Amino acid sequence: MKNNDVILQVTTKVIVFIIVLFSIYIFFAGHYTPGGGFIGGLMTSGAIVLLLLTYDIKTVAEMLPLDYKLVAAAGLFIAAATSTGALLFDLPFLTHGYWEIWLPILGETGLHTAVFFDTGVYLVVVGVTLTIIQTIGVSE
Amino acid sequence: MIETIIEVIVAVLIGLGAFLSLVATFGVIRLPDIYTRNHAISKSTTLGIMLILIGTFLYFWLIDHHFNSRLLIAVFFIFVTSPVSGHLIARAAYHSGVKLWEKSKHDDIKEHKSSAEEM
Repeated sequence: MKNNDVILQVTTKVIVFIIVLFSIYIFFAGHYTPGGGFIGGLMTSGAIVLLLLTYDIKTVAEMLPLDYKLVAAAGLFIAAATSTGALLFDLPFLTHGYWEIWLPILGETGLHTAVFFDTGVYLVVVGVTLTIIQTIGVSE
Repeated sequence: MIETIIEVIVAVLIGLGAFLSLVATFGVIRLPDIYTRNHAISKSTTLGIMLILIGTFLYFWLIDHHFNSRLLIAVFFIFVTSPVSGHLIARAAYHSGVKLWEKSKHDDIKEHKSSAEEM
């Protein structure tokens, strides 16, 4: 049977950007409102799963040339490094800090190290979810 | 005074949305085959949920003075995705051989397919 997925593909192109934007918003809003690394990561992997449903696994691998096992490993490394970084300042493990730092475009910005821990959670969730789904997808 | 007017408008929007969702559910129960059911559910619930979300948005915006842009994104998202999902369900049903209602007169896809095979 001939496949003609024009409607699904065009809709996916529009919708994936909204989902990714919303997941990034959820990730950064996690400190003050409901959200955080886990939901943001799941929503990002949901956007990539939508791409996987629309296109095949090779096309998505060309769009996003990532090894998701390495993504999960990088997330674990970031979370562990943030936790152990407190030991360098002679503080207990997992102590988080807060600084006002200067960034090139944003100027004076408040930065809490819990954001780095959340980034680790985000990357681990994206990596694990997509590793599971891609492994199930290619096995025959 | 103005708050009462806003609350009445919001109540009308949300009530209309809930009513349209109810109508869609009756359509699913009463209509004969999958295509007419799909026709009922994908259109009426899309409009119904959009009306409910717009009513919620107006309430938070005008009464609580809280501009919740996520609700607007949700309205746009449902407006885009829900008809597409209806289209995909109907297409999957047709291609897996679900029969039309016996009283339907005309099947354009079938004629198009048979004429394409003859060529």
